[in-house]
Amino acid sequence: MTLAQRGRWVTLIGLALLAVVYLRALAYTPVELHQGPAQKIFYIHVPAAWSAMLAMGLVGLASILYLLVKDPRYDRFAAASAEVGTAFSLVMLTTGPIWAKPIWGTWWTWDARLTLTLFLFFIFLGYLLLRGTVGDAGLRARYSAVLGICGLVLLPFIHLSVYLFRTLHPQPIVLKPSAPSLPGSMLATLLFSFAVFTVLYLGFVIQRYAIGDGRDVGDA
Amino acid sequence: MAELLRQAWAIARKDLLLEFRSRTAIMSAAVFTALVLVVFNFGRDPTAVPTLTIAPSILWVTFSFAGMVTLNRAFALELENQALEGLLLSPISRYSLYLGKLAANLVFVAAVETIGLFLFALFFDVPIWDVLAALVGVIALATVGFIAVGTLFSAMVIRTRFAELMLPVLLLPFLIPPLVWAVQATGALLAARPLSEVTGSLKLLAAYDIVFVTLATFLFPAVVEQ
Repeated sequence: MTLAQRGRWVTLIGLALLAVVYLRALAYTPVELHQGPAQKIFYIHVPAAWSAMLAMGLVGLASILYLLVKDPRYDRFAAASAEVGTAFSLVMLTTGPIWAKPIWGTWWTWDARLTLTLFLFFIFLGYLLLRGTVGDAGLRARYSAVLGICGLVLLPFIHLSVYLFRTLHPQPIVLKPSAPSLPGSMLATLLFSFAVFTVLYLGFVIQRYAIGDGRDVGDA
Repeated sequence: MAELLRQAWAIARKDLLLEFRSRTAIMSAAVFTALVLVVFNFGRDPTAVPTLTIAPSILWVTFSFAGMVTLNRAFALELENQALEGLLLSPISRYSLYLGKLAANLVFVAAVETIGLFLFALFFDVPIWDVLAALVGVIALATVGFIAVGTLFSAMVIRTRFAELMLPVLLLPFLIPPLVWAVQATGALLAARPLSEVTGSLKLLAAYDIVFVTLATFLFPAVVEQ
C-alpha cells in the first residue's frame, strides 16, 4: 500500500469517527443550561484549535530539524503540516464567531486567544505564500524553516501582548490545575473529538506529504 | 567577539557610507514619513477625536510603515553586480554580516524616525519635549526587535518573486507585539502618566529585543548560505 493510500484510509477512518462525534454531541450529550444548543459547536471548535496548534508546533519542530540535518523530508512534512494547519485554523476561526454572535453578542473581540489564533492563521498564510514565491527547492526549504521557527517563537509574544487585556473567552475547563469542571458525558465527547481531530490531522498530513513526495520526484 | 564586532562595523560602515554619499534612500524615506503623517491628519475628524487620544497610534503606524519601506533597501543593494556573493566570499563571518546589516538598518531607521518624531510634534502639536528622553528610549526599544526580524526577512525576500509585497506580509505579524507595548508606553508618556505604570510593557519590549536579535543572528547563516 502506498503512503497516499494509507493516508486516505486514516482520513476515511477519521471522517467516519467525526460522524460519531456529531452523533454523540447532538444526541447523547446534554444541552448546556445557559448557552443552549449553541454550546454544541464547542465539540468542533476546541478540537480544531488543538489540531491547528499541534500543526504549528510540528511545523516549528520540523523546521529546526531541517536546519540541523538538512533532510528534505522534514521540509516536506513542515509544508504538509502548515497546509493542514491552515485548514484547521480556518475551521476554528469560522466556528468561533458563529458561536460568539449569539453568546457574546459580537462576532469578534480582540482578546488574547482570538488574537493569538488569528495570528496563527496569518503565520500559516505567510508561510505558504513564501513557499509559493521561491523557485529553488533548497532555498525554499531553508527560507520556510527560518520563517517556521520565527513564527513559533512569535506566538508566545503575541499571547503576552494581549494577555493583559480583558477577556470574554471562556477560561480553560479541561487543562487546568483543578479537576475538569465538565459533566462526564460532555467531557467524554470532547476528549473523543480531540482524538478524532488528531486522527484527521494525521490523515491529511500523510496524504499531503505523499503528494509532496511525488512532486519532488517529478522535479528531479 | 572583538573580531566579530570589528567585522560587523566594517559592514555597517560600508552601508552607511554608501547611503551618506547618495542620500536618495534616506530622503525618499523621510518624504514618505512626512506624507504618511499628512495622510493621518486628513484621515481623522479633529473635532471628533482629540489629538492626544490618537497620537500614539499616528506615531506608531507611521514608524511601522517607515521601517517597512527602509528594510527592502538593505539587501536589495547587494543584488546589483552580485555584490552579495562577494560579501559571502570575503572572510567575514555570517554573524558579523547580519549584525553589520542590522546596525546600518538601525542607524538608517533611527534617522528617519528622528525626522518623523519632530514632524509629528510639529503637525499635531503633541507635547513631546518634557518626556523626550523617555520617549526616545521607548522608540529605541520597540525599533530594535522589529528591525532585527526585518533585517533577517529582507535577506530572504530579495530572492523571492514580489519581494516588496512579501516583506510586509511576513513581517507585519512580527510587528504586533512591539507595537502593542510601544503604543501603551507612548500613551502613558504623552498623557504625563508615570513611566512606572508601563514597566511591564518596557520589560516585554526588552525581552522581545533580546529573543529576536539572538534568534535572527543564529538563523541568518541559513538564509544566505549557498
